[in-house]
Amino acid sequence: MSGLKLDSISMRFDLPNGDHVQALKNVSLDIKTGELMSVLGPSGCGKTTLLNIIAGFLAPTEGAVLLNDHRVTGPAQERGMVFQKGALFEWMNVRENVAFGPRMNGVPKSESAGKVDHLLEVVGLHDFKEKAIYELSGGMQQRVALARCLANDPDVILMDEPLGALDALTREKMQGLVLKLWKETGKTIILITHSVEEALLLGERLLVMAPRPGRIHKEYRLPFAEMGVGADLREVKHHAEYAITREEILNMIWDMEEEIMGRTEGAA
Amino acid sequence: MTILLIYIAIFVIAFLAVKFVNSRLEQRHDFTSLKTVTFGDESAVTANRTASVISVIAIFLIWGAFTGSKLTPLHAPGPYQGKGQFDYVVEGPDGQRDGATAFWQVEEKKGAAEDLEITGGDGFAQNDALNIIKYRSGQLRWDGNDEVRRRDGARIVEVNGQPTDFDPNRRDENGNLLQDRPTFRIDNGTATLTDKGALLITPYQGWQMEPIWLPAPEAVWGRIVEIAKEGYQNSTLLEHLGWSLFRVIVGFAFGALVGIPLGYAMGLSDWFRGWFDPIVEFMRPVPPLALIPLVIIWAGIGETGKIILLFLAALWIMTIAARAGVSGVNITKVHAAYSLGASKWQIMRHVIMPNSLPEIFTGARVAMGVCWGTVVAAELVAAEKGAGMMIMVASKFQLTDIVLMGIILIGIIGYGIDILMRRIERWLVPWKGRA
Repeated sequence: MSGLKLDSISMRFDLPNGDHVQALKNVSLDIKTGELMSVLGPSGCGKTTLLNIIAGFLAPTEGAVLLNDHRVTGPAQERGMVFQKGALFEWMNVRENVAFGPRMNGVPKSESAGKVDHLLEVVGLHDFKEKAIYELSGGMQQRVALARCLANDPDVILMDEPLGALDALTREKMQGLVLKLWKETGKTIILITHSVEEALLLGERLLVMAPRPGRIHKEYRLPFAEMGVGADLREVKHHAEYAITREEILNMIWDMEEEIMGRTEGAA
Repeated sequence: MTILLIYIAIFVIAFLAVKFVNSRLEQRHDFTSLKTVTFGDESAVTANRTASVISVIAIFLIWGAFTGSKLTPLHAPGPYQGKGQFDYVVEGPDGQRDGATAFWQVEEKKGAAEDLEITGGDGFAQNDALNIIKYRSGQLRWDGNDEVRRRDGARIVEVNGQPTDFDPNRRDENGNLLQDRPTFRIDNGTATLTDKGALLITPYQGWQMEPIWLPAPEAVWGRIVEIAKEGYQNSTLLEHLGWSLFRVIVGFAFGALVGIPLGYAMGLSDWFRGWFDPIVEFMRPVPPLALIPLVIIWAGIGETGKIILLFLAALWIMTIAARAGVSGVNITKVHAAYSLGASKWQIMRHVIMPNSLPEIFTGARVAMGVCWGTVVAAELVAAEKGAGMMIMVASKFQLTDIVLMGIILIGIIGYGIDILMRRIERWLVPWKGRA
């Protein structure tokens, strides 16, 4: 079977005081190739842990991640990662950053150069390819990160709050770019976000997770990502169903947060 | 104390003068000048270059003024140079009194000036003449040419009209004087009676420093030229400085060569960190100077010993810098590199090493500074060549100008090393502090 399969994953961290934290419990998921899935949830629901398990940075205490029927045991180029910030290499210019993946995998420069140029064109940084990373704005840096990830041609792209550090306007532009790249490349994308609006716009499937223990609370299938491709995202937001779903999810997360607060207050 | 006050005065005057000039000039409207809150805003405080220039000039002016330099227009009052005379009255053992005149002159050094010609004078006390070396006092044995002698009970009872009843012959049973020795004012100096009743003449000393304490700037410059041409202690100036630099560079290079990989290993492996942590943490606070005796015992005073010492001085600094550089790698960078398909070696080469460069450069700057200080100290203790050895030997012969020259050159080279390191840093690590 092609695609990404999470087979009843549990994650338990032992604490030094003998206690333990159940970060994830029995999470199972099938993601087909080319799907765009956003993951939402209150802090502490284990969404970053889940992404790190898929990326191969953490080994689950139970269960397994299978990509195209192969078990994931560590990080590899088939699963590209886009971080919130700080993951670019300051000692390389824009072009060298984007060409890093192919270079590490032994692709000759002559072969990768065309692709790197093309990707820089796609993310709109063609005129900046010789610039140093610290000369770019935050939005441009995230464009570089996206291009760098795509240059390696991964099967799955994992995004850990990729737009979280950007201002609202830049963020909206970048959301459009993510949709465009998704449609053009046909990659499987899993995107973690704190913003309900972003999760609605950038998710064919939207996963709401609940904390303590981290688990899948509810799943949505949404039309907004498809609508948003090449369109004005602000118009998508005026859609009636968009507003209704947004309210529903906001209430859901609000309740979870209340419950966490209540529980800590009760414990104290 | 006076010099400090003068220095502060120059500072204040220069500050007010520059402020006044600036207020007359057209205001520039850059980011800083338009800030209303500058007190407490670190970014608004930059070194005022005018002040730096005036500061250096002020030090030279003060140095010149108090050493009688020909380079500076203003001088502190110097020692009296010239002739003087005073009258004195001698009382013979029989109670008779007779006056005489003493003539004295200051000479540059012993035997530089011809003796003053004097005519005898009347009575039993004859006129006297004395040559005094500049900055020194001279003892006038006024009875040397007289008919009455001190040992017979003759004594001075008046100098330039200032009477005294001091009698060196009046003593207690232990031979101690019963009276304080009097000091008389004479033209351009003072005269004091000694224990034995002779006159100690001290011409006015002025405020300037004797070359043996502080030579004038041109004397130091002259030494630099002279030693650059002729050398000192069997080596030319360039050889002395070159040897010191050579030791620093070799010692530092070995220190970096061992320290950086060790630091990397400590940053990347539990076992290495655990193994070397106690050693590094113990050796770090030990000043390299404290190791000099041990190194001399073990390796002698030759090149090996010095290079071992500098190696040890640089080693711990570089180890800690490299370890901090590895620890400072943002984990997302490493994760990103792994996700892009990099191997461990590639992560080492393309992520960890470049990422640790800023820390390593900071460490290298500190290590070079410490090594430079240590090499001079080691050469002070024992060496055949080197900047430190040069000033140590010179100080034994009271050649203060060479000592000063050495200190100035050591300072300039140390400063030069730091500037050079900063240049290299800016060239190699342009992203430092901007990530």
